[in-house]
Order: sequence, then C-alpha cells, then structure tokens
Amino acid sequence: MMASSYNAKDEDGHITVSGPGGGTLRSKKPENTAFKQQRLPAWQPILTAGTVLPAFFIIGLLFIPIGIGLFVTSNNIKEFEVDYTGVDMSSPCFNCSQNFSWNSTRPCTCTIPFYLDQPYESNVYVYYGLSNFYQNHRRYVKSRDDSQLNGDVNSLMSPSKECEPYAFHENKPIAPCGAIANSMFNDTLELFYNDPNGTRIPIPLNTTGIAWWTDKHVKFGNPGGNPNLTAAFQGTTKPVNWRRPVYELDADPGNNGFINEDFIVWMRTAALPTFRKLYRIINKKSSMVPTLPRGNYTLEVVYNYPVRSFEGRKRVILSTISWMGGKNPFLGIAYITVGSVCFFLGVVLLIVHHKCGNRNNSADISN
Amino acid sequence: MSRQRADSDGSLEPDDEVMPYSDDETDDELDVSSEGEPEPPVAGALHPPADARPSEMAWKVKANDRPYHHLPEFKKKVFLCIKKSRYSGNAIKTYKYNVLTFLPLNLYEQFKRVANLYFLVLLILQIIPDIATLPWYTTLIPLVVVLGVTGIKDLVDDLARHRMDKEINSRKCEVLLDGRFQESKWRNIQVGDVVRMKKNDFIPADILLLSSSNPNSLCYVETAELDGETNLKFKLGLRVTDERLQEERQLAEFNALIECEEPNNRLDKFVGTMLYEGKRYPLDLDNMLLRGCKIRNTEVSHGLVIFAGADTKIMKNGGKTRFKRTKIDELMNYMVYSIFVLLILVAAGLAIGHTYWYEAIGSKAWYLFDGKNQNSSYRGFLMFWGYIIALNTMVPISLYVSVEVIRLGQSKFINWDLQMYFLEKDTPAKARTTTLNEQLGQIEYIFSDKTGTLTQNVMQFKKCTIAGRSYGEPTTAAGLVLERGRPVDWSWNQYADRSFQFVDHSLVECIRSGKDKDANEFFKLLSLCHTVMVEHKDDGLVYQAASPDEGALVTAARNFGYVFLSRTQDTITIKEMEEERTYEMLALLDFNSDRKRMSIILKFPDGRIRLYCKGADTVIYERLSPKSKHKETTQTALDIFANATLRTLCLCYKDLSADEYEAWSKLHQEAQVAMSDRDAALDRMYEQIESNLMLIGATAIEDKLQDGVPETIAKLAKADIKIWVLTGDKKETAENIGYSCSLLTDNMQIHYGEDVNEKLKVRQARRRLEPATFRQGTKKPAEAFFPEPGKNALIITGGWLNEILYEKKKKRRRLRLRRLGKRPPPSNPQDCQPMDDSEKEMRQIDFVDMACECEAVICCRVTPKQKGNVVSLVKKYKKAVTLSIGDGANDVNMIKTADIGVGISGQEGMQAVMSSDYAFAQFRYLERLLLVHGRWSYIRMCKFLRYFFFKNFAFTLVHFWYSFFSGFSSQVAYEDWFITLYNLCYSSLPVLLVGLLDQDVNDKLSLKFPKLYLPGQQGALFNYRNFFISLFHGIFVSLVIFFIPYGAFLQTMGQDGEAPSDYQSFAIVTASSLIFTVNLQISLETSYWTFVNCFAVLGSIAIYFGIMFDIHSAGIHVIFPSVFTFTGAASNALRQPYLWLTIILTVGISLLPVICIQFLHKSIWPSVGDKVQRNRKKYEMELLQEEKKKAPAFERGRRSRRSAYAFSHSRGYADLISSGRSIRRRPAARGVFQESIREVPQTAAENI
Repeated sequence: MMASSYNAKDEDGHITVSGPGGGTLRSKKPENTAFKQQRLPAWQPILTAGTVLPAFFIIGLLFIPIGIGLFVTSNNIKEFEVDYTGVDMSSPCFNCSQNFSWNSTRPCTCTIPFYLDQPYESNVYVYYGLSNFYQNHRRYVKSRDDSQLNGDVNSLMSPSKECEPYAFHENKPIAPCGAIANSMFNDTLELFYNDPNGTRIPIPLNTTGIAWWTDKHVKFGNPGGNPNLTAAFQGTTKPVNWRRPVYELDADPGNNGFINEDFIVWMRTAALPTFRKLYRIINKKSSMVPTLPRGNYTLEVVYNYPVRSFEGRKRVILSTISWMGGKNPFLGIAYITVGSVCFFLGVVLLIVHHKCGNRNNSADISN
Repeated sequence: MSRQRADSDGSLEPDDEVMPYSDDETDDELDVSSEGEPEPPVAGALHPPADARPSEMAWKVKANDRPYHHLPEFKKKVFLCIKKSRYSGNAIKTYKYNVLTFLPLNLYEQFKRVANLYFLVLLILQIIPDIATLPWYTTLIPLVVVLGVTGIKDLVDDLARHRMDKEINSRKCEVLLDGRFQESKWRNIQVGDVVRMKKNDFIPADILLLSSSNPNSLCYVETAELDGETNLKFKLGLRVTDERLQEERQLAEFNALIECEEPNNRLDKFVGTMLYEGKRYPLDLDNMLLRGCKIRNTEVSHGLVIFAGADTKIMKNGGKTRFKRTKIDELMNYMVYSIFVLLILVAAGLAIGHTYWYEAIGSKAWYLFDGKNQNSSYRGFLMFWGYIIALNTMVPISLYVSVEVIRLGQSKFINWDLQMYFLEKDTPAKARTTTLNEQLGQIEYIFSDKTGTLTQNVMQFKKCTIAGRSYGEPTTAAGLVLERGRPVDWSWNQYADRSFQFVDHSLVECIRSGKDKDANEFFKLLSLCHTVMVEHKDDGLVYQAASPDEGALVTAARNFGYVFLSRTQDTITIKEMEEERTYEMLALLDFNSDRKRMSIILKFPDGRIRLYCKGADTVIYERLSPKSKHKETTQTALDIFANATLRTLCLCYKDLSADEYEAWSKLHQEAQVAMSDRDAALDRMYEQIESNLMLIGATAIEDKLQDGVPETIAKLAKADIKIWVLTGDKKETAENIGYSCSLLTDNMQIHYGEDVNEKLKVRQARRRLEPATFRQGTKKPAEAFFPEPGKNALIITGGWLNEILYEKKKKRRRLRLRRLGKRPPPSNPQDCQPMDDSEKEMRQIDFVDMACECEAVICCRVTPKQKGNVVSLVKKYKKAVTLSIGDGANDVNMIKTADIGVGISGQEGMQAVMSSDYAFAQFRYLERLLLVHGRWSYIRMCKFLRYFFFKNFAFTLVHFWYSFFSGFSSQVAYEDWFITLYNLCYSSLPVLLVGLLDQDVNDKLSLKFPKLYLPGQQGALFNYRNFFISLFHGIFVSLVIFFIPYGAFLQTMGQDGEAPSDYQSFAIVTASSLIFTVNLQISLETSYWTFVNCFAVLGSIAIYFGIMFDIHSAGIHVIFPSVFTFTGAASNALRQPYLWLTIILTVGISLLPVICIQFLHKSIWPSVGDKVQRNRKKYEMELLQEEKKKAPAFERGRRSRRSAYAFSHSRGYADLISSGRSIRRRPAARGVFQESIREVPQTAAENI
C-alpha cells in the first residue's frame, strides 16, 4: 500500500521540469546535513577481547559474592514447615480429611504437635501453603469482579458476568462473587507453645498487616459509606461455599467485609500451583526473648478446606524473614553458578582469543 | 565486399551484423506481417470506400457537436443498466478516495493483506467469551495503530493527489462555445471541443492541431514531460484546416468527423482520418498535440479535442506498475507462514495438554467448577482457540508496518544522498519504489545498456574518410603524425561552434582551398542530409537534433564551412563557404532503426536532382553501385574506426534524372496515403530509390564513456557482481567498449557465437547419447564448459542468441506450420532442432551455465525483447537477483523484467526512468547505490528481521512455558496491557532505529572493500538458518525468562513477609526481565550508536516503567477498577531487592551466552566485515592518506577510450519533415499570397 502510492507525483508528469530558460528553478540538491547524509556522530562499539573478557571476569567476580551472600542469608533464615493434609493414616488430620462435607456444622479439629530445634529470634510469619492448587487457571483468575471488590454498589448488586456461575445464588447477588472468593481458604490455624512445665500457652497471632497496603486501601473497599456492614451488604448473599457472610469475617470493623485481610490475601492469586500465603504474623515482643523459643509446639487446625479430592496438599510454614525475604536457596545457588560459569568462560575465551584472535587479527583483507 | 551480408533469415548462420528482428514485434505481429507480405499493396487508397475502413477506427469525434458524443451508440455499460458515454471528460482523477470512500476503501485495501486480516480474525475470535484468553484491546489497539499509520500515509498521499488533480483540472483554457472562445477550466473540456492554446500553455488533452499562428499551422511543443526529451518537437496542422480554420468564425463552423483508433498508450503512433466537407484526410501523430506537452514559440494554436482525460495517451501510459517483491519479502512471508504453522502446532499441543490435564486434575478440582457441562475434549478444543489468541503475538503484528517504515526511510536516504546527486543536470538520485531497498544488497547480475548508460551519448566528430583518404589524426604541416595535436583554429569561420575540436589541419586546408571536390561534397552532404532544426538565437545558431550523432555531423559541417542556416517547408539553405545557397527538398526519406539510413532528394539550384544518403555501412554497402569507387579503402578505414571504438556512418549520393524522380514520386505519394501499413509501403518505396549509390566516404564519431565507468565496473566485479552488457550495437563496437571500460581484459579468452553454439551442441549430443547420465542433471554439478584455467568472456549477438536458444527456429517453424497447415516433419536428432520443450529448456540452462562461467558477457545486436529475455533467463535458471540499468526506451523491457530496474535520468528519454525502480544521473552512482545503500539496507533489514522474530518469540513463548504450570489454561504470563503495548512502545523504537540508521562500517569502507558485499549475495544474513537461530534464541530467552523467576518464586516470600509469589508480581518480574533483555539485546546488535539510539533504548525502558507505574497506580484503578487490575503491583514488587536480583540474574543469563557465542564466532571465524570493523580506525586512516595523495589524480573525463555505433536508436525529425512540410514558408509565401500559394495542387497532394 505504502509503496504503490509513493510515485503519485510522477503520474501525469506535473513536476515542472524546467529546462534551459524554463524560469527560476529551485535546485534539487539534497541538503548536506549529518542526518541526511547518514553521518550522524556515532559510537561504534564492537565485541573485542578488550571489552568482552574483562566483562566476563567482572561479572563473575560480582555474581559469586552476591550468590554467596544470598545463599548465606537464605541459610540463616529459619523455616519450619508441616504438612497437615492428612493423607497418611498416621496423620492427626486423617480423620478430618476423610469425611468432609461443605454443609457440616460441626467443625473438625485436629492437633499437630511439632518441635522447633532452634529459637526464632525475629518476627515469625505464619503461612499456609497449598500444592496442586491451580489458582492461576485462567477461568479461575478471571472469576472475580474488581468493581464489586472496590466497593461499587452497582456491581455489588449485579456482579460481572465473569463471576459466573458464582454471580447469583437463589436470585441474590453473591458478595463477593466469583470462583476465587468462593474457594477462599477457610481453615483456622492456632499455635500453642508447650511450656516445659506442661502448660499450653496460646501464641498471639496478628491478623492484620498481612496484605499489601494498596490492596487494603485502594483495591478493596466495602460498599457505600455505611459503617454498618450488615446493612451495606443488604440484599446480597454469601458465596456458596462460605459458612459466614462476608460482613462477618472479623469482629474488627477495620478488617471486615471486603477489606478483611485474609480475604485480600486469598484474592491475590498465586502465580504457580504450589504457593504460600501469609496467614498470621507473630510479632517479636522484646529483644530479650526469642519470638518462638526452642521447644514443643502444638498446631490446632480447624479442618474445613478440602484438598484431597484434587490431590492437593496443605501446609503450615513458620518462617523468619531477612532483607531478601524468606528461605530460598535457589537464587544464591544460581548466582554462584552463573558467576563461576562466567569466570570459566572468561578463561576459555581468553585461550581461544589467544589462539585465534591474533591470527585473524593480523590477516588482512584481500581485495 | 568480403563479408557476407545476407539477411539473417536466409543464411544458415546468424549474421552478427543485423538485429534479429524488429524491436517491437511480438510473435503475433511477426506472423501477420510475414503472411501479409505477398499481398500486393492496396493501390488507390486515397479515397477508400467508407465501409472499408479498418475496424480499429472505432473512435468517432465530431467537431463542435457536444450532443453527438452522448448518442446512445457511444454509451457503454458501467454498472448493471447505468450507461455512460464512453468519452471521458477531461477532468483527471488520480486520487483514490474521497471523503466518503476513504475509510471503507482504505480499510478494504489494508485488509487485503494477510497479516491484517489475520489480526482481524483474531479480534473476532476474542469477542467469543469462551476462548477470549486476552481481552479485545490487546489486538485492537496495535491493529488500530498499524492501520492508522498506514491509513494516514495513504491519506497524505491521496490529499497530495487531490490537490494536484484540483490544480490541474482548474487550469484555464479557451474553449469555443456558442460561437466564440470562452475561458473555461480544463475539467469542462469535452471531446469534440475546439480549444485555443497560447504560448507556454500546457496542452489540456490529446488534441488534433487545426491551425496555429505560425506559418503552415506549425506548432512547437516541448515533450519533456512525456518522453524527457528537452528539444522542441514540431507538429503540423493539416493543410486543409490550416487554410480554412484560422478565424474564430471559421472554427465555430467546423464540423468535421474524425475517425481514429481507440485510446491507447502508444506515444509513437496515431492513425485516423478526418471527414471534412466530403473529403477524407489521413491523420497521424504529427497532427496531434498530446496532453502533457507544452506549447512553445507559438503564439496561438487551435485544436480539436480527440481524447480527453483518462483517454489521453499520457494517462493511458501511467499507472500500471508491475509489482516487484524482494527475496526477503518472500522469505519473510514464508517465515510468517512457518510461524503460523508453528503456532497452530503449539496451540494444538497445548490444547491436548489441557484435555489430559482436565481429565487428571481439572475435573476434580472443585474450586475450578464453572457450571459448564463441557467434557474434556471440548474444553481442549476451546483451549486451542484460546491459545491461538494467547500466542498470536508469535506472528509479529507490527512487522509489516515496521518493514515499510524502514524501507521508506532508506529510500529517503537514497534520495538525500549528495554523492548520488549530479550537479550538472541538477538530478538527485530517486528511489521510485520503496519496497526493494534491501534487494540492492543482493545483486548478483547487472545487465547494463551501453549507449547513454556506460557512455555519455555525447558525440564528437573525430575522424572521417573521404574518397579513400582518412583524416582526423593530428598531423603537422609536413604530414607527420604528432602525439598531441594543436586543435584547429576556427576563427576564419564566423559560424563555427567554438566547442568543436578537431586536430587534423590538413582537412581544413583541403576544404578551404576548394581543390578536393570529394571533400566539399562530403561536407555538403553532411550539411544537407539530416533532419536537424535550427534556431537563430542571439549568440548564433542553435541546432536541435533528434540524435546526438546528427548534431555532431551537422556541427562538424558547420565548422568546416558548410553551415546549415535554415530549413523551410521544402528548401534547405546552407552557406557553402562564402556563398549562401538554397536547395529545394523534394523528399526526405525517413530514418528508422530498420532502415538504418536516411536520404534526402534535392533539387539543386541548377536543376540537377540528387539523392544524398547516409547510413550504416552494412546497409549502404548493399546498395552501392558497382561503379562506386573507394569501396575497399573506405572499408579498411571503417574497420580501423570501429576498432578505435568510433561510430561510423557511410555517406553516398546518387544522381537522378527528372523522369526517374517523377515516376518514383508518384508511387511515393500513393504510399503516403495508404491506409493500412503505411510505414511498410513507404519503406518499400524508399528501398526502391536508394540503390546504385555512389560512395563518398565515412564519418567517425567519438562516443564518450561516462565518468568513472571503468572504476565502477572494476569495483562491482570485485564484489562478485557479474556485469552483462546488452546492447543493440555492433559486435566490434561492443567488444571495444568492453575493453575500454575494463570489462574485458587482455588475459581473457573471448568466445563468440559459433564457438558457444558448438560447445552447446556437443553437450546436447552427449545428452542425447547418454540420457541416463543427464536424467537427474539438475542434481549433480554440471561440468565446466571451459575446463582450461583462465578467464573467459562471451560475446554473442542477437542472431546467435536466437539460434542457440532456438527462439527463431521455433518461430519460423510455427510459421511454416501455419502456412502449410500440417505438422512439421519429425526432427532429426542430428540437427540442432529441439525435440521438445524440455530439451529447449536444457539448452537454455546450458547456455546460462556457460555464460555464468564467464567473467564478462556482452550481448550485442539484441532487441529490447531479447534484452528482457536474457534477463529472465538468468532470473529463471540462476535464481539470482538481477539488476538492469538503462536509459532509453529500448531498455524498458529489461528494466521491468529484472528484479531491480535502474533508469539513468536526465538523458534521452523518460521511459526508462518511468519504468524504473531507482533513477539517477550517472552510471557510476550504481557503485554507491549497491555497495553502500544496498549493503546497508540489506544488513539493516536482516538485523531488523532477525531481531524482530527473536523478540516476539522471546515474548510469546513465556506463555508456553507458563502453561505447564497453569493447567494449560491459556493463562498469559504478563499483564494484558503489557501484551498490548509490548510491540508498540516497549520494544519497537530501538529496532526501528537500527533498521534505519545502523552501519557496520561507514560508506567509505564499504566502497573500499567490495568483498563486504558478498554476504548479501549469498543471502547469508537472513535465511531459514538465521530464522531458526533467531527462533532458538527466542526460545532460549523465553525459557530463561520463565524459569529463573519460577525458581525464585517457588517458595519465597517478600522482605516484609507478604508472599510475593502472586501472579501479578510474577508477571511484573517476567515482563521487566523481558524488557531489559530485549532492549539490551538490541543494544548488543546495534553497531552504530547515535544519540537517537541511546535515547530510544533508554526511552523504551523508561516508557515501560512509566506506563507500568501509571497503570498500576491507585488513581487509574479507582476510575476503571476492572480494566486496570494490577493496582500497586509494580510498586510492591519492585521495592523488593530479591526481585531485582531475580531480574538481573534473568537478564544476565539471557545475554551472556549470546555475547560469548558472538565473541567466539568473531574470534574463530571472523567475516570480512568483522575484520574491517576491528581495524576500522586503521583503514580509515589509510583512506584519509590515500585521498590526500590521490586528490589531483581523480579528475573527470580523463578516459578517452570509447565505443562505436552508426546511428542513434531513436527516430529523428525526418519523419516530421518528410511527411509534413517544412518549418518556414518560403519568403514568397508570406503575406497576401498566402492563400494562393496554398492552392498549388502539386503540394496539396503531398499534404494528404
């Protein structure tokens, strides 16, 4: 298209070709500018031994310490993980996992004892982890209504189509609608410290501060300005799988309804089918006492969330945190590996360069 | 005459001297003419019966009768039952769209492109909710931008056309309406109108000249816009209209009916008749004023509009341009198809994956329950479409539009190049098409015309032979030959042209003394026998010659004292030394390329009638009288001249008796009015009188080479570009020009037609004997035709070419077949008749193979059609990229046939330029066009394409890897907006700039090292191998971009405890890694870093972050909560050092192997380009020194070697003068006697 129309001017020869005596004519001489003559000042770098070899060595020298740093940091992080799915007969949660029903009113509770062999000094973060749970499935990811979650009253009453089939239940709009909300993780986890003297001390778990500030204050919002959430959600119904409506998630009005942080965390879908989500935070009380001293602990789980049907797993993770986050040796190892490979490649390239480079460098171009 | 000069048809072997057959003959025409020949010429064609008109005279125009042209019989069906007059109005319409049609038409045109259509289909697919894996805007926005860019460009072009149309259609012209001339706009002119044009007006339509203010209704026109010739042409009104239609009143009553051919595009032909007051008058091109020309030197002229608007010849000529595509274009299309196939395969694979995943996991996962009762196969099917949409970016949407932008830019650079600007003629280079630039970097064969392309087409009279004695060598008075002669001083001759140089003093003395009758006759002939027009200007005489040869000859005569002063309708006045004499011109026998001679029959003041003739030696010698003297000596001189690469013409005369002339004249007049085949009839008449000629001598004219031709050819040869010269010239001439432009060298063995034919026959015979070994001949490498070491060259004439390629025999056979009406006898394997088409094809392959083994190939005596055929042979069998360069109409065929056509602008005509793809003024610019612009364009385009495919693969395949972890649910790995903007904003500008500006080495080094051109010819920088490398590179990068973040995200959490392993953070990490990787990758590929590139790379990254933070901001979420859902994701994710470390690692792993491999490759197998780059500084210093040293040595025009040919190709003014009448009335015819003179019956007949 572009090309064919380019010659438009020539067609009827309307350009005045002023021959000798054809009047004043503007010279058609092209302008002598650096751009038009393709002489823009430019830097013409090429890959020479002088640049490539040092680059490799420097990258090697940079990456290896970073990797070691990451690896050491990662190793210093204390992490404890316990799987409470209850697949094995021996597992305390086996019974709960076996007879599951959405409608059961009597919660099934299981108790899991565990032992921490070292004290957790700083704040401890409690995560629940799910495996083989495709929170990144496209239909699942889509199945939400961000307008509704943002507190839009219209969307509250008429949820988006994306929420189907969790948009309406018994002709009432579901709040919050969609498959994500509907499948919200609803196990309750409680942690007890078994004092050596035999008493079970409940460990206080912070329910707030676990979601992104932007999520809590921007993305999610309760409908209307009504401080009375029950009234605000009037006319809606709870998601099918929920036991309580959304306005009864927490007693604290700042953590209830759509801005309930457990809910917000759940709604931030995971990237991979194996994921962790922050559940609670155990704040450090004083600098003297470790947050979780060495010893025996008990985890009490109110087992509500079925994963056996799709061969999923449920875990609880206790972890401390460093500047780089939680325990993950991958990045450290990767950095060390890449750094070493770079160094090694640098050596190889140096040899190759010595063998071939000089020979080719001097060879002139035959014309 | 020792040489056999038989006609090629009769001889067994082709004659090297003759063109195989006439230029324009198509097969059909040849058949017709050869069959029609036996019929006797129709006598008495003066008044043929009305119904016996040739059927082609279907165009009827009635003067001053507008309603006539709307009669029902002239209606044609336009649409269903809507009928329209078939006579176009004079308004021209070159624009394509109007306000209403722009959108639909332009969109329709754009959607004719597969790529655009593909995205439209995608867009439609995205509307289907079940499979809409990406929201509609991911495709719509890029598509709208792409369509918009193209649309705006089309719109701008079309607006320019609108403006131009409007301007032209509103030009003023006087039209005869209601009995008087009224000013009217061009658009209101209609067929049959009588118009009045003034001096320097453009001619508004194709108009029959009726009368003008000049004597004899002569009208001067400038045809520069039609054919580029700047010399004035002359048109003549018919005698009858000249006499009767001078007054407005007379014109208003004019009511002739014109019958003529239908509108066509032949600028050189017009046939028609005028029926006026019961008489029929023939019309031809000389009576026609064609649209596009300009009236010159004529105060007022009147004309009748015959063709208007779209029917005019110039409009019929424009338009149809053959669409050429480059190899890369084709390759690119195939690659896009490959990607498309790949896309379908990948999508199908993933769909199957989904089916299994759904069976195994998805169906059991209660949380995924979607209330739809779809089984796994159906879900898989939906997922297939879902993946087609999700992975659609594998096919790069902005590829085509980017490619066009790059090509447009490169064309502009060619137009802007100062070093391809020719100051003398104020001609910059021009890329007339914008689609072929990178092909310029892949040329393997150049087919060059000679005249006007390699040579300047500037003729200088250098030598002559008169009555057996040669002149022209510089001699002293004593006759000793001097090395550097002092030019002759012309001060004795007041008319002499000062620029004319001649070194032989003896000739001047000889003439001035008047002793040598032959010498005087020689120059008298030169001053009389020509078709040159003369203008008297302030500073003396100015000759307007149709061909430079003629100009040179008349100028020579002028300087030697035989000054052509003026020409009237049938007299020629010359000044013979001191005496002015007027000769009556009885007839002027036209020159054309078949006749290769022209003659003039003059009545001397003393009553003698003499025919002067000049022409090519080949035709003249055939017609010499046996009594003619000096034949042998002249022949020797001719041979010497030809070897000195001079162009020769033989001059001769013949005395006629009055009776003889009368008899011939009568027949001649009959032939002149013949309705059918007028030209042929005239030719026969000419043939009859031009016999028994007496030879006087021969002239030799130097044809100068253009500046820098040998250097350019040498350079191009070093770049492994083979140059073939295709010329209509003589063998000897062509051979000599070959030597003079260093195409041929002394150490080459030259093979001629016979030799070639022999070798081919041998090969063919062997093939016939052992068919088995040749059966799969295409596979095994053919053995060399020239096994001996050393260079070879091929010089072959058109006749031999036909012989070798069986062209003519086939034709003759077919003719015979038609005549006899039966099958030809089965061919005998012994003779070299082809047994079947495949054998002919093998022969052609053999010939091409053989020619390609040679260093140089020169085809001489070839017709335009053969030129085209040779080009297409090489194109067909060598699969090579070809370039044709030429300047004249005879090169149009090969220019159109070759992959790239180059026209030399500012020369003979515009036809070559009009049909070319690139045009510039000098052959030597070819070097820069190919070695600099072509090479750069190719490298840029290849880099661009490789990178473009890479970047889209790296981008898209992340989804592929991700699908293994998202249940094959066609979940995409990035934010939708990122997908939308990736190709538009984040990654396109740097690569676009590389495509526009990149240079691996600068222009000077490109020219210094022609070897740098080789990769282009081999297509080494972009082919399937490179494509797959790019794909694998893309796959590798996508793997890294997915799996490094995957490893990092698997079980981690953020620095403040929040789990960062959420989808949005992951998407940001992958997207950021991708942006860094692709932008750094293009930085690695950029070898020419200007501030713009810098700006673009940094800008792209900045824009990415800018846009990302914007659409992740709180504000925009509040406004569109469900469109921008990544609220806060960027700020939350990117404040984590861990994620930055992940990004750095990802980018590092993506780039380091590439750097390593590139470095290794450049160290171990460096290409020429790498070496030049590495030592760039050194070479640049060398160049600088060379320039300093050589500066004075590079002077222009120091070469004095040259070529030879007898006559220029184009038809001269002879046609006009002989068929019409002369330029000026006799002095006696002026004033009151005008009417009476006109009625002299003897001249009246001539007019018709």
